[in-house]
Amino acid sequence: MTSEYILRIVDLHKNFGDREVLHGISFNVKKGETIVFIGPSGTGKSTLLRCINQLTEPDKGHVFIDDDEVTGCGYRISEYRQRIGMVFQNFNLFDHLTAVQNVEIAPIRVRKMKPAEARKKAMEELRRVGMQDWADHYPSELSGGQAQRVSIARSLAMDPEVILFDEPTSALDPELTREVLEVMKDLARSGMTMLVVTHEMGFARSVATEVVFMEGGQIVEQGPPAEIMKNPKHPRTREFIGKIAEH
Amino acid sequence: MDILTILAQWGPYLLGGIVVTVGLVASALVIGFVLGLPIALGQVYGSRILRTIAAVYVWFFRGLPILVLLFLFYFGIFPVLGLDFPAFVVGAVVLGLRGAAYQSQIFRGSIQSIAEGQMTAALSLGMTPWMAVKTVILPQALRISLPGWSNEYPEILTDSAVCYAIGVMELLTRTSQIVSQTYVTMPIYIACAGIFILLNYAGMQVIYKVEEKFAIPGFGVKAG
Amino acid sequence: MDPVIFLTQILIPALWQGLIITLELVLLTAPFGLLLGVGIALGRQYGGRVLSSLCAGYIVFFKGCPLLLLLFMLYFGLPTIGIILPAFTASVIGFILCNAAYNSEYIRGAIKSIKDGQMTAAQALGMTKVQAIETIILPQALRRAIPGLSNEFIYLIKYSSLAYMITVVELSGAGKLVATKYFLYNETFLAVGIVYLALVTLTTFGVDRLEKRLAIPGMVQKSGR
Repeated sequence: MTSEYILRIVDLHKNFGDREVLHGISFNVKKGETIVFIGPSGTGKSTLLRCINQLTEPDKGHVFIDDDEVTGCGYRISEYRQRIGMVFQNFNLFDHLTAVQNVEIAPIRVRKMKPAEARKKAMEELRRVGMQDWADHYPSELSGGQAQRVSIARSLAMDPEVILFDEPTSALDPELTREVLEVMKDLARSGMTMLVVTHEMGFARSVATEVVFMEGGQIVEQGPPAEIMKNPKHPRTREFIGKIAEH
Repeated sequence: MDILTILAQWGPYLLGGIVVTVGLVASALVIGFVLGLPIALGQVYGSRILRTIAAVYVWFFRGLPILVLLFLFYFGIFPVLGLDFPAFVVGAVVLGLRGAAYQSQIFRGSIQSIAEGQMTAALSLGMTPWMAVKTVILPQALRISLPGWSNEYPEILTDSAVCYAIGVMELLTRTSQIVSQTYVTMPIYIACAGIFILLNYAGMQVIYKVEEKFAIPGFGVKAG
Repeated sequence: MDPVIFLTQILIPALWQGLIITLELVLLTAPFGLLLGVGIALGRQYGGRVLSSLCAGYIVFFKGCPLLLLLFMLYFGLPTIGIILPAFTASVIGFILCNAAYNSEYIRGAIKSIKDGQMTAAQALGMTKVQAIETIILPQALRRAIPGLSNEFIYLIKYSSLAYMITVVELSGAGKLVATKYFLYNETFLAVGIVYLALVTLTTFGVDRLEKRLAIPGMVQKSGR
């Protein structure tokens, strides 16, 4: 690695129509860090993640992964997306493929791995998330938590440098949420660089290296979890944390 | 001979063909409706015998190619029955009988999709079954069926051209005549295609307007 | 004439010959009609403005133009600009062009019925749009389009009869020739009808079984007509 930071976001702006959703976001991420984004719904957190892997194109600003510029690279974006993983709120598993096929398809098609090798890797990743016994099941046969874990394995199979989590447990019942959060905590502890948008404060408290509070498309405050959650400096942060604590 | 002179000379003849084509299509739609609805009702509410007859009818008229049906009726059935009608009538009748087979299935689907509770409620209010069907079921079923007609119309329109095979002087037949008389081929064919495409478009617009006019708020079944 | 002799020595041999031609027409058309249909659907759905419009125009033309007129254009029209096609070839080309137009509508409907998230996830994994279409979208879309595509296949069986109007003696043509020669119209055409009914019914059964074999647990199969 040539840079101090594995991910650098510089002055991102994004408008949807006349709504400014991202208002000049900048921050840096070191390898192995887990950044958790919190804040009221609809304040641009998901948009931020989607701008990082260019699923949404920012109007202004730059994104660097390991000092390679991702923004404005045209058709080469597919190459960069191989290095950035993404886990979605709705899992988005491929319905016509079994769990193991879901995990191995990108390595086979995109990385041109041999099928036998890809299958081995896929089973490894499924084992890592505890889903090896469900390898031959279709997405429709899995519970939400199981599907999401397969989805994480699918991202891991590409050996990404960073994984983006877009509200990974928001669509899950509380019991299913826990199994997914456990997998994510293991991942964080094992050194994966993660950016997570979530409402799960417990997760933030236990594994986040940094918590970022966003509102109105801007970063209001950021810092270590203990600080932000116990002693927020900014009044808006205090207000938000107060509301969450009431739950 | 350039294309404009030809069009000027043969224009009226071609236009006459359009009238015949529209006549065929209209007859088919009307006969199809008048026959198709009872068949659908028979299939939904009828006895076992009625249902079987209806099913066989539908199977027969949907399974045979339109060309074979036209030959069968024009050379076989009509003569045997002693009916000496012009080809246009045979064409309209055959298209109508076939249209009834297709339309009955559209109606059947619509009638069956209306909640059984509606029929029960109507009966409990003291309506006879026939009254219930007329005042509660059919008005809704017909509206739901409109999108199905947006598939029927183009099909009947393009099938009307097959009536060429029994000599009906509709658009395609007349186009053929013009080609053989003037020896100008492709431009005339293309013009004919253009007319069919326009007729298709115009008809669809009419159907959309009708749909809009009869739409029930909240009953969101749109065509296309 | 003795009915049995008529049946066995005249009608059945003639219809058999015709049936072979019909099957040849249908089986040659079907795969190419499907391929072209997929191409047009993809062009319409994923192409740029030009490609998409061209495909839309193709569909409007070949759905709006009666098949019989199309066959006339190919068989009688093309020779006037120097392209002479044998009747059988002209028929197959006409059928392919028409079949593809209808197929593409079903396929496109199926493509649109697939959740956006599938394409998003595929791209997020680093697949190009082409790879995503090939491995994720099409396999699902084609399955969902089976009811519509098989409907069109059955139409193809029936409309192959129009080839007779440009001199190809397929099943209907064979029947007409026999009927006209022996003045036995009802019998002959009913026999022809029975063969078509058998073909159509068999195909329907075959397609049902195909759908069941290709079904994936829990996956939505319908995509409406």
